[in-house]
Amino acid sequence: MVQTTAAKPDTEVAARNGGGRRDRRRLADREGFLAWAMLLPSIVYIALLVGLPLLLAVAFSFSDVTAGDPSFDWNGLANYRQIFDDPVFWQSLRNTIIFTAGSMVLIVVFGKVLANILVADFHGKWIVRFLVLLPWTTPVALSAIAWLWMLDSIFSPIDWMLREVGLINGNMYWLGRPNLALLSVIAVHAWRLIPLAAVIMMAGLVAIPNDIKEQAEVDGGGYWRRMFEITIPLMMPLIAVAALFGAIVTFTDMTVVYVLTRGGPTNSTQVLASWAFFRGIEGGDIAQGAAVALFLFPLLLAAAVLILRAVRRMEVM
Amino acid sequence: MAAVDTSVDTHASVDTLRRRAILRHRLARVGVYLAAIAAALICAGPFLWSLITAFKQSPDLYQRDNNPFLYNLPSTRMHVRYLFQETAFLTFLWNTLWVGLLVVAITLVLSLPAAYALARLDRPWSGPVAIAIFFVYLVPPTLLFLSLSRLVVAVGLQDNTWSLVLIYPTITIPVSVWLLVGFLKGIPKDIEEQAMVDGYSRLGAFVRAVVPLVFPGIVAVIVFTFTLTASEFIYALAFVAPTAEKVISTGVPTELVRGDVFFWQSLQAATVLVAFPIAFVFNLFLDRFIAGFTMGAVKG
Repeated sequence: MVQTTAAKPDTEVAARNGGGRRDRRRLADREGFLAWAMLLPSIVYIALLVGLPLLLAVAFSFSDVTAGDPSFDWNGLANYRQIFDDPVFWQSLRNTIIFTAGSMVLIVVFGKVLANILVADFHGKWIVRFLVLLPWTTPVALSAIAWLWMLDSIFSPIDWMLREVGLINGNMYWLGRPNLALLSVIAVHAWRLIPLAAVIMMAGLVAIPNDIKEQAEVDGGGYWRRMFEITIPLMMPLIAVAALFGAIVTFTDMTVVYVLTRGGPTNSTQVLASWAFFRGIEGGDIAQGAAVALFLFPLLLAAAVLILRAVRRMEVM
Repeated sequence: MAAVDTSVDTHASVDTLRRRAILRHRLARVGVYLAAIAAALICAGPFLWSLITAFKQSPDLYQRDNNPFLYNLPSTRMHVRYLFQETAFLTFLWNTLWVGLLVVAITLVLSLPAAYALARLDRPWSGPVAIAIFFVYLVPPTLLFLSLSRLVVAVGLQDNTWSLVLIYPTITIPVSVWLLVGFLKGIPKDIEEQAMVDGYSRLGAFVRAVVPLVFPGIVAVIVFTFTLTASEFIYALAFVAPTAEKVISTGVPTELVRGDVFFWQSLQAATVLVAFPIAFVFNLFLDRFIAGFTMGAVKG
């Protein structure tokens, strides 16, 4: 189907150009050929190194491949059965969902607040923008290291401040207690992604036509009323994009958990991605790791479709 | 309309209205500054703490009740020196740099023509292909790293930094295509048509007329691609184990922690040394990223 549709415009172009001498037009001028030639290298690269591994991952999940014995033997549903019997899997699934939902809410609310701050006019904006972007532009592994120190069990400066104010006596042990560790991981995810969400939403704020804002002001709408009845509805598609991007990144990330807690204490912050890593790379059980990671796929697909829908709505706008 | 309202009002109430407006304006200004400072402190807080930590002496740092934000003992550059002289930090930096530059080169060579094909050579399939590329962009390393680690072994690149040069373009090409399509659509079609009238082929027009014009977009893509490769963690952790082959993102957290011993000051120095320059460069191009992303999204 692709070939026939690609070929047709070619003949049209040739006909338009009068045929004859132009029949032997240089390849560099034939749009149909050119389009394929320009696109093909990227497509081949991605097909080989994304498409193929994806299929391989599915195949692995039905096999008994390990790092020590990489020969492929069919293993049926054994991996999945074993995963379902493992309470750590259910814990990881639950944590993945909690982390994603929790940080998504924080990302949307504070991303909007931050976007509003960043579009305002004030002196020293450059330095504020620089500091605000740090969490997003810094390699995750390194900002997680900064947080690991920030949340240190004994020397955490947060604990010191809380002690000075008199709220606590000893230490909080942010990463040592299951619920606090859960909260810490959510906070770090949100902290890292809020600047990205703010930048995406800024694009929406800037894109709102000035006459709409002025008209609303002339009509006597107060700040909050204008925000909730005009700005937010107009920005809805971009807010959705920011939220879903944030969700996908949180959902598939293992770095924050790996550096901060390694899934602990006792798997209370384990997520699917980190569990797949511990099983597949550190434990060497590639087949089971692959099966765990595959559970990310259906949810990802849903998020991708939702993003595309939001983008489509933006085109209408 | 507002003018009509005030003309009806008495003089006195106009005055109070004006005073109230000025007051409200001033309060709003104060609010903006307070919010901006709070946002900056929350976002940069961990890094400011890192910066202070990097120059602290151990007896000062490891004293729970010392004010952590002050130098209770004189500051020291000992731990920064340790980072450069006693650890493989410079090797990690160098590896990150050359991997990043090679990946940027591969990404541009592949994605620029692809973006042009999607943006300009109107094929019936360009829409679906653009969407497919967007989906690829959303496929995360966590889904692929296990099978890719077998592929890397199969091509003999395990424990070798070159494996990252091979694999990273799969992350960067989709983003770059997405960004570049946006930038290319911002260039008027007349430019190429004029070039073709002047005797260039379609390909020639692309190389000679379009590429120079899209240069700002290309620079944005270079910065973005480089940052993406420098930040990647999972592939680097899964494919490469020897110290000498590691990059920044895996080297710092794994090599500066020996068992239970954390070289905190050196670790935080490394964090700051990497974080600040990247954010600085990124800042210069922020407006271009916003422009590219929205154009790619709205017109794509």
